[in-house]
Amino acid sequence: MKQPLSTFFGGLHLKGHKTDSMRQSPKVLPLAKQLVFPLDQHLGQPAEPVVKFGDKVLKGQLIARRGGPISAAIHASSSGTVIAIEDRPINHPSGMQATCIVIETDGEDTAVDSNHFADYYNAEPAALRDTIRDAGIVGLGGAGFPTFIKLTPTTGKAIETLILNGAECEPYITCDAMLMQTRALDVLRGADIICQAVQAKQCLIGIEDNKATAIAALHEVLQAQQFRHPIEIVTIPTIYPTGGERQLIKVLTGHEISARQRPMDVGLVCQNVGTAVAVADAVLQGQPLIERLVTVTGNGIKTPGNWLVRLGTPLRDLLAPHDIDCRRHDIIIGGPMMGFTIDDTQAPVVKTTNCLLIQTRQVAMPAMPCIRCAECANVCPAQLLPQQLYWHARARDFDKIQDYNLFDCIECGCCAHVCPSHIPLVQYYRFAKTEIWNRELEKQKADRARERHEFNLLRHELKKQEDEERRRKKKELLNRAQGKTESETDSKKAAIEAALARARAKKEAMAVAPKNIDQLTEEQQKQIDAAKARRRQHEQDKV
Amino acid sequence: MRLSSPFIFASNSVTRIMIWVVLALIPGIVAQVIYFGWGVIINAAIAIASALLFETLILSLRKRPVAPSLLDGSAIVTALLLAISLPPLTPWWIPFVGTGFAIVIAKHLYGGLGYNPFNPAMIGYAMLLIAFPKQMTAWLLPVMLADHPLTFSQLLQYSLHTHLPNSLSLDAVTGASPLDLVKTQTRLGQTIPMVLEQSSNRFGSLAGIGWEWINVWFLVGGLVLMARRIISWHIPLAMLTALIVMAGIFYLIDPNLYASPLFHLMSGATMLGAFFIATDPVTAATTVKGRLVYGALIGVLLYIIRQWGGYPDAIAFAVLLINMAVPTIDYYTKPRVFGEGRGN
Repeated sequence: MKQPLSTFFGGLHLKGHKTDSMRQSPKVLPLAKQLVFPLDQHLGQPAEPVVKFGDKVLKGQLIARRGGPISAAIHASSSGTVIAIEDRPINHPSGMQATCIVIETDGEDTAVDSNHFADYYNAEPAALRDTIRDAGIVGLGGAGFPTFIKLTPTTGKAIETLILNGAECEPYITCDAMLMQTRALDVLRGADIICQAVQAKQCLIGIEDNKATAIAALHEVLQAQQFRHPIEIVTIPTIYPTGGERQLIKVLTGHEISARQRPMDVGLVCQNVGTAVAVADAVLQGQPLIERLVTVTGNGIKTPGNWLVRLGTPLRDLLAPHDIDCRRHDIIIGGPMMGFTIDDTQAPVVKTTNCLLIQTRQVAMPAMPCIRCAECANVCPAQLLPQQLYWHARARDFDKIQDYNLFDCIECGCCAHVCPSHIPLVQYYRFAKTEIWNRELEKQKADRARERHEFNLLRHELKKQEDEERRRKKKELLNRAQGKTESETDSKKAAIEAALARARAKKEAMAVAPKNIDQLTEEQQKQIDAAKARRRQHEQDKV
Repeated sequence: MRLSSPFIFASNSVTRIMIWVVLALIPGIVAQVIYFGWGVIINAAIAIASALLFETLILSLRKRPVAPSLLDGSAIVTALLLAISLPPLTPWWIPFVGTGFAIVIAKHLYGGLGYNPFNPAMIGYAMLLIAFPKQMTAWLLPVMLADHPLTFSQLLQYSLHTHLPNSLSLDAVTGASPLDLVKTQTRLGQTIPMVLEQSSNRFGSLAGIGWEWINVWFLVGGLVLMARRIISWHIPLAMLTALIVMAGIFYLIDPNLYASPLFHLMSGATMLGAFFIATDPVTAATTVKGRLVYGALIGVLLYIIRQWGGYPDAIAFAVLLINMAVPTIDYYTKPRVFGEGRGN
């Protein structure tokens, strides 16, 4: 190692609970009768099925292609018949269902023909990346981000170092340790291939010092074999969460990558050791990602261990040999710090399923008020103020909570682990994140609607103007066609004005004229006078 | 079943923290019993009983579950801190009213444990000091200096009936504390060396008979809390350093007018304040840098009030005043987030 190890702030020394599941080498789980492949089992867009009901498929055959630029292909993990493409329970904390391709296995396990690289040393990086992409490989450490995207340079910055994550810092989980122990050669070959794919100059493998056997196994192969790229195995202290990508990079290189940066920005690529083995399998054997090691452990399991499991195998099959009672045990997918509980054991093993932790159910300690002791801040590896985040999440003050960098939280659970008031802090952060995402989505929708409305208004306005313009032009054209010039119409207007003026003058003169008692003839006057006299006489008679 | 990870926990709890605080107070309390008699125990018993009573009452009024809050031990700690701060010779209703004010007004009217901006025990103390100055400023003379040290039953008699043995007057058994003595005498124009010489029987080897050892034992208790990681070192260290620096500067300017840093460090409630009162997590700053600022401000203010204010000691007022600044301190001392502000 050229430079001394760095440390990151916070973190926890946790009891490992790893030896029990490390006693035996991995066992192969018998082939399940039904295999279930959720289309959405990686980060990004769900995959799109390329098979239909009734299709016969072979082991390793593509059954769903990438559904977008960030997506991963899915392959059948054994041969059989597609019996359904329908909603099935998947392993998700909400217990939700999602579209799955269901294959009934025929027991033959016939594989498709595969082609592989005989000589990856001289392969084109792009060709290697395409192979990795087509093999449906995603990050097997837990996040499930499509691997080829992390290997595709976007920044223009040369990749200096590949960091292979063999820390496996969560208690109980041992699938990576077991993989390094039993497939050390493929871990190193995988690392070598990824180095070639990203043109990295070297590879550092970070492994926590509680995995002595794995470290020894890797050292042995490293000394016996030749690799194209310099590979170094670095033993690092066991502190949770060293296996977090950014924490591991800090420990190995001293670089602090913020939540707004990617490792690539500083010339680093980070991959899990399991992913490296999957890459080796894809490139050297032509085998897509169809199986993985899964740790089955916990105090509810009498014989903890690791199993080589075909993807799509229902969890039920994994738990069958053990006496599990859903009312007495919690079934946790992943580790005790970041995993989630599920209720339905029909959900299948997917690419990211690293551990099944079966724990006797405990009565949760009731949450007490926060006493602001700041123990949480002392252990937060992201150097946040968890209790401030908690206050603002409680108050639903989602602007303030982002001022306190909510989205830098990696949900490692250290804060909730040490909280003397037993407040489920991570739950509050997940709630706040989801709320903010939803609001952002709502806002985008509203913005789109408003833009649409404004655009409509503008369009109407433009149309009106256009119509107006067209009418004016038409009229002008008409006038011109009748041979009238502008001045002609003007003189016509003047004539009309004059006529109107004359009419007005006449009307005024007329207004004073008619009164029928003027200009009477003498005789008429006499007759009127006589009539008046008679009326007067008549009135006097009456009196 | 828990809805969300993590599923494993460190074996820590609010109750455990409070139990450790109580345990760490014991050496100091024992020292107080040795030097000032059983008064502190009587006060503590009354205060704890009334704290539990008031806590139960107000929780029922607020329609909150009583048992979890009583069991968390926070009311007992508040009562104990107040009782330690009270004069050992005092009528029963002083701890009773003080605790009631602390629990009902300072704690629960603000929302209960975790929501109170001010240290409840110190609010209780400050209220008593302002409302009942006569009862609150009459400190017993140390047992070894008194002609007739009061027995447990005599102290209890006084507590219940405000009645001293016939032969004794209140003035005969009480006296000014060393801090008070230094303050009043220097204001009368005497120099510190003169005060120390005149009352040499009162000022043991460091800062007053009794007081210096009580401070030592609270310091020991505080160090235990630090070793158990119940409190962090930031607040006590910052506060004591600030006090030493302030006292040191003025002591260097004129040792005739200003007492030495050591005197300030070992008299009054300095150590109790530094390790047990300023460190109350609910009312203290929470960020690392913030705690340093918070502690230092208390230390500075403590010296200012002791030196130029109206009271001989000032832990309560210094802590309460800086409690007010906590939200601002926390806001401006946010830690650097991982990966930010390093220019990489």
